[in-house]
Parts: sequence; C-alpha cells; structure tokens
Amino acid sequence: MAKAVKIVLAGEGGQGVQSVAEIIAEAANEEGREALYIPNFGVEQRGGVSVAYLQIGDQAIGSPKFLTADIIIALSDRAVHRTRKYVGPDTVFVYDSGIEGVEDAIPTNAKKVLAIPALQVANEELNPRVFNIIIMGAVVKATAVVSEDRAKDAIEKKLGYKFEKNPKLRELNFKAIDRGAELVAGLL
Amino acid sequence: MSVQLAMPKSWRVDTKPHKFCPGCGHGLVLKALGEAIDELGIQDKAVYGCDIGCSLLSWDFFNIDAIQTHHGRTTPVITGIKRANPEVIGIAYMGDGGGYAIGSQHLVNAAARNEKITLILVNNTQYGMTGGQMAPTTMPGQKTETSPYGRDPEKTGYPTQGPEMVAAITQEGAYVARGTVANPKQMKGFIKKALENQINGRGFSFVEILSTCPTNWRTNAEDTWKFLEKDMTKYFKVGEIKVPESRHEEGK
Amino acid sequence: MPEKPIKGDKRYFMTGNEVVAYAAVMANADIMYGYPITPQNEIMHYWTRMAPKYGKEFLQTEDELSAGFTTVGGVLAGRKAFTATAGPGNTLMQEPISMAEAMRLPIVVAVQQRGGPSTATVIYSQQEVTLTTFGGNGEGFRIVYSTATHQELYDYTIKAFNTAWKYRFPTFILGDGYQAKMRESLTMYDPESRGIELVSPEAYVGMPGTPGIDRPPGQYRNTYNVEEELYEVLQQYQKEYDAIAPEVAEFESLGAEDSDLVVVSHGVVSRAAKEAVMELREAGVKVGYFRPITLRPMPEKQLREVANKAKTLLIAESAIGQLARLVKDSIYGCGAGIIPLFKPGAGITAEEISAKIKSVLG
Repeated sequence: MAKAVKIVLAGEGGQGVQSVAEIIAEAANEEGREALYIPNFGVEQRGGVSVAYLQIGDQAIGSPKFLTADIIIALSDRAVHRTRKYVGPDTVFVYDSGIEGVEDAIPTNAKKVLAIPALQVANEELNPRVFNIIIMGAVVKATAVVSEDRAKDAIEKKLGYKFEKNPKLRELNFKAIDRGAELVAGLL
Repeated sequence: MSVQLAMPKSWRVDTKPHKFCPGCGHGLVLKALGEAIDELGIQDKAVYGCDIGCSLLSWDFFNIDAIQTHHGRTTPVITGIKRANPEVIGIAYMGDGGGYAIGSQHLVNAAARNEKITLILVNNTQYGMTGGQMAPTTMPGQKTETSPYGRDPEKTGYPTQGPEMVAAITQEGAYVARGTVANPKQMKGFIKKALENQINGRGFSFVEILSTCPTNWRTNAEDTWKFLEKDMTKYFKVGEIKVPESRHEEGK
Repeated sequence: MPEKPIKGDKRYFMTGNEVVAYAAVMANADIMYGYPITPQNEIMHYWTRMAPKYGKEFLQTEDELSAGFTTVGGVLAGRKAFTATAGPGNTLMQEPISMAEAMRLPIVVAVQQRGGPSTATVIYSQQEVTLTTFGGNGEGFRIVYSTATHQELYDYTIKAFNTAWKYRFPTFILGDGYQAKMRESLTMYDPESRGIELVSPEAYVGMPGTPGIDRPPGQYRNTYNVEEELYEVLQQYQKEYDAIAPEVAEFESLGAEDSDLVVVSHGVVSRAAKEAVMELREAGVKVGYFRPITLRPMPEKQLREVANKAKTLLIAESAIGQLARLVKDSIYGCGAGIIPLFKPGAGITAEEISAKIKSVLG
C-alpha cells in the first residue's frame, strides 16, 4: 500500500500556512486523490505557532495524526522549534534562510535540510504578499502531491475573482509558484 | 347528601381525588388553572409540564397533554416544545425550589429570551416533597429541616423576589404577577392573563402563587392562613408587577 | 417544500462538523438546540447558516442541561430534534439524556469527544465512551455509533435519526475532535435517492383533537411510586433492547477469523489500526482487525466469535480502557487474553500499533 505523503507546514499567524495547506488539499481532492488536512490541533492558534497537518495519497488515509512527516516547512524561529519533533530519518526539513538564531535548533536527524530564501525572493523579486504562494510552489515541487499546473488551477479557483479585476495579480501568483518550485528544485 | 364541588371541565375526573396533602394549596392553584383553560377554550392546545417536587403529582391532573420532567427542567422542556411547535400553549408548572434554585438559570434565560411560554410557580417557602428543607423563598427566621434555628439572612440571604426579578429582566410584552391561594378569583385572573399573553404571542408570562404547606409548616388551619396572609405577604407583595403597555392590538 | 442542499451524489472536501450539519438537514431534522463547546461548535455554525433556507429552526440555550431538555421538548412536539456537545457539556447532558432514556424519547446527539477529565483539552480523545454509552443514573438504553471517517459521519448521522425514531431509544453519533476539525473527502447524497426511507416523527403532545373528548391525553412521566412499577418498566425496556440489539449492532472486521492476534479499536483509532493490520498482512504477518461500529449495543456475537478463536486481543484506544471495559463485558468467558494500548486523550498512529503488534508477536 503506497503511503500517503505527510506534510507539516508551520509559521506565524498571517504567514498564510493554513491557506497554503488548504489550497493544496483541495487541489489534490480535485484531482481525485485522498487528502486529509487538520488546521492546528486544539488551541495552538491562540498566540502560538500556526501548524497545518496535511496528508495526501491515493488510498484512504489512516490516522489523522502522525509522528514523523515526510516534509516539514518551518517559516519562523518558533516554527522551527515547534516542528522538529516531527523529524525522522526520511524527513526533508525546509526552512526559510532568513530566520535568524535557529542554528542550534535545526534538526540533525533529517534526511535532508534545505534552507530556502523564500522571504527574500518575496521581498526583493516579487511581492511580500505572495510569500505563502512561493512556499506553496516549493511544497508542490518537493512533494509532487499535485502538479504545478493543478496548483495554479487551485489558485485561480481561490483568487480568480481578484484576478478578474487585476490580471497582473494572476501573473504575480503564478510567478510565485514557479519561483517557489525553483528554490527547491536545485536542492532536492 | 354530599356536595360535589364543581370541577373544571379540563380536569381529568378519573385521577381525582388528587394526591396532595390536606390543606395544600396546589389543588387551589390547579383549579384556577383549569378554570382559566376552560374559559379560554385551550384544552386542545395546552401542553402542560410539571417539575419534580410536589408539582409532579399533577402530571395526570388534567385532560391535557402533559409531561412530568426533571427537577428544575420544566422550563427548557416546555421551551423546546413551544419552539418546535409554536401552535401549542406551553405551561410550565413548578415549585419555588425548581424555579428559583436548581432551575433558576432556565427561568432567567427563558425570561430574557422572551420565550412565548407561561410559567406558574408555586411558592410555599420550602421544599415540600423532600420533607421541608429551606428554599430560596424561606422567610427570615422561618424554621425548616435545614434551618432548624430559623433562616439567618446573614448566612443564607433573603428570600428570592422572583416576579420582581423576572419583571426587571423581561422585555416589553411580558406579563408578570404574584397571586395567592387566599384570593382565588384574583389568582385565576392573573393566570388567565398570563395565558392570554402567550395566546396573543406577546411574550414571556410568569405568575408566582403564594401557597400553603401545613404539613411541613406544622401549622393548624388558623396558623396556616395567618402565615400565608400575614407573614408571607409582608415580604411577597401580591399583585400585577408587569403588564404589557399597549393592549390595543387585541381589538384589531 | 424548500429544496435540499444535496441533490445527486457529489464528492465534497470539508470538515466533519460541516458534514454533520449537512447530514442532519438531509435526514430531515427539523430543529437543533445547542450550547457552544469546542470542538462541536461548527455543527451549530453550519446548521444556523442553512436553517432558514431549508425551513429549519435553531435555539441557542443557556447551557447543556437546557440544550438537552429543549431537545427532549422538540421530540415531544413530534419534531426531529437534535443537539451536539462534547466533554463537560456531555457530562451535563447526561441528565436530559437519562430522561429521554426513561421515556424512550428519540433524541439524537452528536458528541465530538475532547480530552478529559474536566476541561482538559479541546482537541481530541476517546474518553467519552463510558459517558455516552452508560452515562446517567440508568441502564444505558441508548444506541451509539462510533464513526471513523467523514463518509461515516454523513452516513451514520442520517442513520441515527432513523434508528432513534424507529426504535425510540436516544441515539448518538460519537465522533471526536479530529473528525470534527479535519477536512477530508466524502460523497454526500440524498438518502431517498439511495432508497433510504426517512422515518417520520410522531408527536407525543399537541396532537389534533381535544384530550379527554376526541382522544386520550398524551401524558408521560419518569417517576414511579413503587419499585415494582419501575422494575416492570425496565424489564420491558431491557427485553425490547435485547430484541433489537442484533439488528442494530454493526461492526467491521478484517482477517479476524484466522489470526492469533486481533487488534480491537473503534472510531478514528480504527483507521490507524486498519492501516497497521493491512500493512502487516501484506508483509505476511497474520494479524486481524475488529472494530465495533456500535458501542451500544456491542456486536457481541461477532466479538465473541473472534475472542474464541484468537489468543490475544490488542485493544487500542485514546482512553484508559473505556472500550476495553465494553469488550471485556462482551467476551466474558472467551479464551482470548487482552493486551492494552491505551493513550488517554492522545491520538494513536498506525506506526505505534504496528510496533506494539510486533512486540507482542516477538
């Protein structure tokens, strides 16, 4: 039985990890795949780190909870600390290279640790608003849970009404997916 | 030749004589309620709920659909029925313990929500069914099984002023009164107005009735009536406390 | 008649609480009474959004006592009434539920279990099994469906209303915080399009005609004067409950007939158990899986068959033995021994169950 891909996305409130997880989950569902998404366990969201737990596979998903993730994306120093417990020998641990002071917290037992300059790319090349979309591009590329085209369709579905008014936004978001994918493509 | 007192048409004859103690006021309240139901012609629409306490003895008292509920929970049961079927006339019948102690949150919130139901609460200043313990309505100095030296307001507070509280928290449209079994005609009038208030869809209606419990008061007939008419009324003022202002809609 | 929100089969991706609300609408529920408590709140949220569109009612009460007793009132009025709760709310609701039990009132309650005892966590547990099956000062005359997936939340919520009104026992959908909050796919459908006939409710009070003239009054009590009177009523209830139990009881089983070790679990933990058992069986390990879907009544006959063949039952649950007690009660006298995997208030993964199986098998 092919196992579902287990993804943990964590960040500060406002970084948009939940919407990324939701868009990916819905995109996978649209493709007819099985997806299971839990937005935070309990009251974590109250002043804590926002964590999204996502599993995508081709068969019914087992337990909603998991002990080790296949991929973790941590977008803040607190998120790095919060998510390191989900690391195992097969885990790819991704964090933003702009996070400072977490050197000692970066897990050493992961299969691979990737530092990606997503925040920098958002601020300098694109727009801070599409930071989470860059992350989404990176997740999609790294896990292949959905195709990049499907990811773009899902964004179109979610934000199409905004794109109608401002087509440049569409271009910006799609570019963010591509750039996010590029950030991890060279590292995997 | 014995004289048979006229029973209200809505009473269930086969469950009489009723089970209340000699001298108990419940029979008088239920007679007034039965007459009010007869006069308003709502025997087919009324749904009667009774609490636990002596009021539970009335579960098969009327030829009316009826439910005997839990202690303090008659208000939400009747609320649930009325919300689910607004065609019925919901009557919740309870004692002072059920209404003012264990069920007080239901009384307060049903009143605040202006539920279109009628509550009739019999105040006999103690818990009758369980053997005469102190109630929220026990008078200062009154001896009960759990205040054997007399109720000390310093330690256990003063009697609950139920209708006054309900009047304070209800919206315009509510009807609130306090009657007494010592004045059956007035009592029936209050109950009838309360039911009319519900029939007309105005809002919450609440009538407290001052009543007697010679069994637990351990009083003879004379002292029973003295306690009801002299002592209780010093604290519990009889009369209408809140009446909907505009009644002109009735004429339309 | 207002239109229904679901026409024809369609795949959806949503939270479990949303599923319950949709299922209640599709089961022709008329009115919900409720009081806020996490993690069931969104059942009320979605219900209140749909209610006016489909001619439904809602009342937010002052507490769970009132939510339960108003639900009792709704049923007495002849409406399909339900409520939802969790944790400390479930504790309070045992009082109205016991009245429903005593008077055979078909209330439907969705329970989304959270951590206990006390306020504990709003997250998840399987610690409301004892309370939901046997709570109150009574004998557990209830029917409890423990769901594992969103599909089941939909199927069994619809079924719960039918079961309740058919047999007149309070009926529960026992979910949990994970199921409440997570999103996964399911297929929603119009039950009638699948040949599922929705049982019609009947009024206990407020029927047409004048009581005592056109018909006898509908009068109901839960108090009895003498012990013999109560004894007789309960004997009758027990007889009726025993009679329907075999047709109400449901279970799921996989390789339980040929395995020395069978994992017994319920609800969301059974997803992990099934995953672990399937993986091990693919790897050639003879291990079985048994899951009661109804926790009350338990699928006793089937469970006893398993416990007479298997040497060991590994009972996995997110509580300290609440399922285990129901299992032990059912299999008394059978040969199988019991090994626990109890994680009170915490989720259990397939990996943990797998590791436990391996350690038991050596």
